[in-house]
Amino acid sequence: MMTAVKSKLKTFIGGIHPADDGKILTSDKKEIAAPLPKTAYLFMSQHIGAPCKPVVKKGDVVKKGQLVGESQGFVSANVHASISGKVLDVAPWPHPVTGVKSPAVIIERGEDDLWAEGLNEAFDTDRISPEEIKQRIQTAGIVGLGGATFPTHVKLTPPKDKTVDTVVMNGAECEPYLTCDYRLMLDKPQEIIQGLKLVMKCIGCKKAHIGIEANKEDVYALFKDIVSNEPDIKVDLMEVKYPQGAEHQLIKALLNREFKPTQLPLEVGAIVINVGTAFAVYEAVKFKRPLIERLVTVTGNGVKNPQNFLVRLGTPIKQLLEDAEVAADVNKIIFGGPMMGIAQGNIDNAVTIKGTGGVLVLKDARQWRSHACIRCGRCIDGCPYGLNPSALSIVCEAREFNLAIENNVMECKECGCCSYICPAKRPIVHLIKFAKAEIAKQKVKT
Amino acid sequence: MSDQTQSNNTLIVSASPHIRDMDSIPTIMWVVVLSLIPAGIAGVFTFGYYCLNVIVLSCVTAVVTEIFILRLRKLPVLSVIKDGSAVVTGILLAYTLPPGVPWYIPVVGAFFAIAIAKHAFGGLGNNIWNPALAARAFLQVAYPAIINSDWRTLTQEGMHKVVHNIAQVDAGGNLLHAITRATPLTKEAGAEVYHLAQLFVGNIPGCIGETSVIALLLGGLYLIYKRYIKWYVPALYIATVFVMVLILPAQVATPWSNNPLYHIFAGGLFLGAFFMATDMVTSPLTKLGLIIFAVGCGVLTVLIRFYSGYPEGVCYSILLMNTATPLIDRFTKPRLYGTKGKKA
Repeated sequence: MMTAVKSKLKTFIGGIHPADDGKILTSDKKEIAAPLPKTAYLFMSQHIGAPCKPVVKKGDVVKKGQLVGESQGFVSANVHASISGKVLDVAPWPHPVTGVKSPAVIIERGEDDLWAEGLNEAFDTDRISPEEIKQRIQTAGIVGLGGATFPTHVKLTPPKDKTVDTVVMNGAECEPYLTCDYRLMLDKPQEIIQGLKLVMKCIGCKKAHIGIEANKEDVYALFKDIVSNEPDIKVDLMEVKYPQGAEHQLIKALLNREFKPTQLPLEVGAIVINVGTAFAVYEAVKFKRPLIERLVTVTGNGVKNPQNFLVRLGTPIKQLLEDAEVAADVNKIIFGGPMMGIAQGNIDNAVTIKGTGGVLVLKDARQWRSHACIRCGRCIDGCPYGLNPSALSIVCEAREFNLAIENNVMECKECGCCSYICPAKRPIVHLIKFAKAEIAKQKVKT
Repeated sequence: MSDQTQSNNTLIVSASPHIRDMDSIPTIMWVVVLSLIPAGIAGVFTFGYYCLNVIVLSCVTAVVTEIFILRLRKLPVLSVIKDGSAVVTGILLAYTLPPGVPWYIPVVGAFFAIAIAKHAFGGLGNNIWNPALAARAFLQVAYPAIINSDWRTLTQEGMHKVVHNIAQVDAGGNLLHAITRATPLTKEAGAEVYHLAQLFVGNIPGCIGETSVIALLLGGLYLIYKRYIKWYVPALYIATVFVMVLILPAQVATPWSNNPLYHIFAGGLFLGAFFMATDMVTSPLTKLGLIIFAVGCGVLTVLIRFYSGYPEGVCYSILLMNTATPLIDRFTKPRLYGTKGKKA
């Protein structure tokens, strides 16, 4: 299977690779449509930026794809009805990321599943203008589907003083257990490349570079074949290593450019889009379809039937777990992957949002007793951002926040390599998150 | 909804990441213990079963002291004992002792290693000096006659129990003389010169665990293979000693004194380079720091061997570099990503 020589694979310095990345559970599971939810809960805040303003009210009848939340300001993204039906309520609901009650439009499913008027028609996109592309992306409420959920139209509007020479497309899917990007790339490679080209056209960028991890050689072959006549779109295999799909590591591997952890890829003339985002762009520009569904990997040893579900936004997580035949003795449920996902204390009210890439269900999940740091230095070797996690964990634990700032705590991207590799099982990322939160609090006070 | 997801109140909530590497402090420590066994077997084989008493006494005292101190400090006892770090210290200390030492030497030494060198500084992870080496240095000062001068002063009992393997191989009739030298590096005139192959196998006078290069190499290479130690630390340490001996003028009128191979095979260099200079707690964090540390150990070892009153310099060189570790760390901080050639 591995035809490429390891030393030829592109990569970055640092990072980790778990012995068991759990991808085998779902890598051969074709996408299947999850049953439509009886009730969909659509949060007004599913993106980085200002929450939307609800534009429907209780009792309104809505069609699939109809706007229900209007973006407020530029850095914000529209929210659309994911099912046709009746608005049950517009009320605060516990948000799966923040845990705080946050405004949501709650829709009860009606009889049909028909698109709202004007959507779902095929358009000729050959002569579409860059402005029109961006307009449709913005209208469709597309955000970065790799997990960051940054509004895509904002990313496609670089400041005047920055030029973008390369669009980097992330097909790494380095997070263990998740395979939804892999399945999408296998099933929709043409559409993804079309989406990538639309993004390139939108920002007037001639070159693109696609990075695929070496455990997805079939995808690499597919993409390579599709772009064989396009000298400006390069496809490369990258080493299987976490966090290969993070912006800094992707750009280092493919373009050999470095920028500080707190800086954006724009700093080195690149923008990064995820394959899922590229697909959503294609759907939005070609068919004017808004972002109302996404692939979600439901996996882990806590489900008997792990799957890649095509899920309408707002679908209760409980429903997905039942479809995946969740076991009775589950003791950890994580939204996202095992490296950066968020463990949930209660999933009764949790629903799928734009940033939900996976639900990892574990039984026998372990808790580790942490020891004093033995200064083995593995965290330093593993940190892809050149930090000293050993020192950071010690100063953060001692609440020495000035020392933490001195040790670049604010540059940490919380990728989790340090905690993963630590033989003393120190909760390094936890301590760093704590310190960041405390520093933010102090800033507010002063 | 169904009953299956009703038990939500038992879900674990913790910060990411939710998976961890298999390696833990106990696995590392017990693998180190395992890798030290060949050298122990070689020691017992060379010097006799009494050595085993020394090793066991040292380990038992280390563990008992650890339990005592943990109780005193009101820390969890069982989990710390299970991590094996006290056993590692006990073994390493025993390996640096002459084979025929009286019983109280490993006992006093192991107590000092754990109580003073380790716990007085905060316990595992916070000690400045390698506990075994600190204890060895303490014993050298407290019992100089036993540790580094003529071994004829050892107790009769201890001496009798040391099997005279070396003498049988090498003595040429003078049984007592052959085992009275603490190390082949002795600067006394008329001292024996050993064949390099003999030094490699370890059939020579010396401390319990330091003489057999091949046994130490076996354990050391296993640790490198397991990635518990960085290969370049022992490699650079030994290479630096080699080069230093090569370039410095010979100091004593013995045939071996400027032979670099003799210098790296004799004495405690392999034990120190593979098992003590690589101690994670007391060595620098970064690659550059470790390189400086290893070269520093090598330079100091030869300087002490050549220009001090001691025949051997491994112990003090590592202790001195342990002392310099915080300073090395300060000057070899990792470079923040994306700040190459720029100020962070």
